[in-house]
Amino acid sequence: MADKIVINDLNFYYNQKQAINNLNMSIPANEIFSVIGPANSGITTLLRTLNRLCDLTPGIRIEGEIQLDNQSIYAPEVSVTELRRRVGIVFDVPTPLPMSIFDNIAYGPRLARKKNKKALAETVELALRQAALWEEVKDRLKIQAMSLSGGQQQRLCLARVLALEPEVILLDRPCSGLDPISTAKIEESLTELKKQFTIIISPHNTQQAARISDRVAFMLMGNLIEEGANMEVFSSPKDRRTSDYITGRFG
Amino acid sequence: MKKFKEKLSGRVFFVLALSTISALVLITVFIFVNGMPLIAEVGLFNFIFGMSWAPEQGQFGIFPMIVGTVSVTLGAALLGIPVGICCSIFMAEFAPAMMKNIFRPAIQLLAGIPSVVYGFWGLIFIVPAISTHLGGVGMSILAGSIILAIMILPTIISISEVSLLALPRTYKEGALALGMTHWQTIRHVQLPAAKSGIVAGVILGIGRAVGETMVVIMVLGNSVALPESILDSVRTLTTNIGLEMGYAAGRHRQALFATGIVLFVIIMILNISAQYITRKKVK
Amino acid sequence: MRITARNAEKTAKILIWTIALMVIAVLIFIIIFILYRGLPVINWNFLTEIPRRSGREGGIASPIIGTLSVTALAVLIAMPFGVGTAFYLAEYTKGGIITRIIRFCTESLAGIPSIIYGLFGFIFFLDVLGLGWSILSGGLTVAIMILPTLIRTAEESIRSVPKSYREVSFSLGGTKWQTIRKAVVPSAIRGIANGIILSVGRCVAETAALIMTAGYELIMPRSVFDSSRSLAVHFYTLVMDGISERNAYGTAAVLIILVFFINVVANMLINRFVAKGR
Repeated sequence: MADKIVINDLNFYYNQKQAINNLNMSIPANEIFSVIGPANSGITTLLRTLNRLCDLTPGIRIEGEIQLDNQSIYAPEVSVTELRRRVGIVFDVPTPLPMSIFDNIAYGPRLARKKNKKALAETVELALRQAALWEEVKDRLKIQAMSLSGGQQQRLCLARVLALEPEVILLDRPCSGLDPISTAKIEESLTELKKQFTIIISPHNTQQAARISDRVAFMLMGNLIEEGANMEVFSSPKDRRTSDYITGRFG
Repeated sequence: MKKFKEKLSGRVFFVLALSTISALVLITVFIFVNGMPLIAEVGLFNFIFGMSWAPEQGQFGIFPMIVGTVSVTLGAALLGIPVGICCSIFMAEFAPAMMKNIFRPAIQLLAGIPSVVYGFWGLIFIVPAISTHLGGVGMSILAGSIILAIMILPTIISISEVSLLALPRTYKEGALALGMTHWQTIRHVQLPAAKSGIVAGVILGIGRAVGETMVVIMVLGNSVALPESILDSVRTLTTNIGLEMGYAAGRHRQALFATGIVLFVIIMILNISAQYITRKKVK
Repeated sequence: MRITARNAEKTAKILIWTIALMVIAVLIFIIIFILYRGLPVINWNFLTEIPRRSGREGGIASPIIGTLSVTALAVLIAMPFGVGTAFYLAEYTKGGIITRIIRFCTESLAGIPSIIYGLFGFIFFLDVLGLGWSILSGGLTVAIMILPTLIRTAEESIRSVPKSYREVSFSLGGTKWQTIRKAVVPSAIRGIANGIILSVGRCVAETAALIMTAGYELIMPRSVFDSSRSLAVHFYTLVMDGISERNAYGTAAVLIILVFFINVVANMLINRFVAKGR
């Protein structure tokens, strides 16, 4: 299968401090790609370079190249807003905006101004269904999104990204604060969603990575240690540090 | 279209943000342009240290008013600063939640009441009280100081309280853990640590006292003479402008603008030192 | 040794409580005193009649209109500049020399006394622009005075909008302008409104600058080019020229009630703002 995202010689700096060292990686389309590793491994930074959200942080510097469908996303002619619509992100804590459920989901499509009222309502419904939230909220789309439970809020954030009709979905430890049932629901939707989207996730533990991913990459201190198919990495890791990490010796 | 809007919004905000710069520049320029000719004519030294103010006779000395402003401000500071700091300690450390809920809006209200109302109250209460108990006409440095002290309280209290509350909890907890009493902690740890914020608040409070006009017109008696005691009447720089601007013309008007220059310079020195102290703290 | 520390603690506590309570007592005393003498004066006629014989008789209708129109004008003029500056400082700049200058000017304006504003307004709006003593001159002068309050409160409330709102909006393909309009403004609006209310309070209380720019006229103004006496100026004149103590108390009571309401509204906005921010 064709590679959706190709990363060549990526170096990332916060002021003087290097967060990612010479990273090369290819991410295939329509799979769930997990990036695992302990805290401060550069995973969040990596995800945020993929939709250029890192541009918002002052004092950063990026070297190397990231291609989406064979086009460099850091080329000057690229529209950042367009890119962010193609590559959506779900953050580690639920981040509903202080507005109704409907308005939250419709936020992205409304910014793009491509839809009439009816099409917008359909998009919202579809996104909520895909995120397995529709049944729980369909009668109260007008209530404040903040009043939902944490797990529901995180699925709302997923639905909000889906409503963009993106190509790639980034999830940065999306289940870190959630109860097991919500986590299961999100994992279930993700397995369903990979048919349509390319999913890159930073799971909150190795078990989750093992459950849902097709491919797994292990990062440590900004370096890519190992990358391969799920089974390979978890059953026969090539690198000592990888096996130490997945067996729980550190991290 | 979107890109255009994007650029335009940034530019518009920038232009709007220039308004404060242009306002300050305009104010400075117009005050100086209108006042400088007279200072140049009379001479800076004679203007500031001249003892006689008689515009009709061409005598423009504002030294008594500088003394007036300084003495009333000093009085207000002596009364207002300790009370203000005590109130901020009360708010930050001692007040139970219920008292805070009364105190905070009360201080806000205190800040919002028009100064003329304070002046009126002073005229009706403080001035007669001073006259009966201490003698004299009552309109005096003392009366002005008392009312100004009340008026500068909100400034001192709010800024000091904020800087006390902004201290890391660990300061207080660390000191208490070492066996210090609450009061020792406040005196030896929290107050020194919040010093720069408190000083900034005090300076801004003093600035308010220096610049206050209506109250001092109402309770100081406004005589142009060097005071001999706190029961004497004085005239401040602000009073001089406020009282005579209504009918002044020609050189007399210029002299009032020149008074404004002196006032402006004093205020800017206070402003800049308060800003300098606050900024140093941030660093 | 230990006993002295404990005694010091006790003494300090008692002293601070006493001082704080005394401050409250003085404030309450001032307010009650004015209201006690002033409230009986206030009735429908007092509020709706224009002053006669320099304010010895009649009411305070025209000063009320004067205050309201100067305030409305000042807030309308200052709002775009103040709020715009706040957005510039909070969203569009990362520091640098111009930002430092803007901050310096804002804080300096906040410290300049109203008599200096009066002098400036007098020479600039009355003389140079030829507007004469008028509501417009007064409004423009006070507009500059309230700029710092507006900027400070608006900037604070914009900064208190969680960073995550902005990130979410950007991550959903929002431009900067869209993000500000749809994700930041709705959450900052209460704080901005609070700043506007506080500015209204400052306009109502202003006296010195308005004497010099809006003038003393007591007849009902017909346009912003007419001179009009504000409530505070009217009160001052009633007291200082010894015109009518009775009406002075009435006017002062109206002023205090106005300021009180302004504070109540501002606090309501702040409390709901804080509650929502959680």
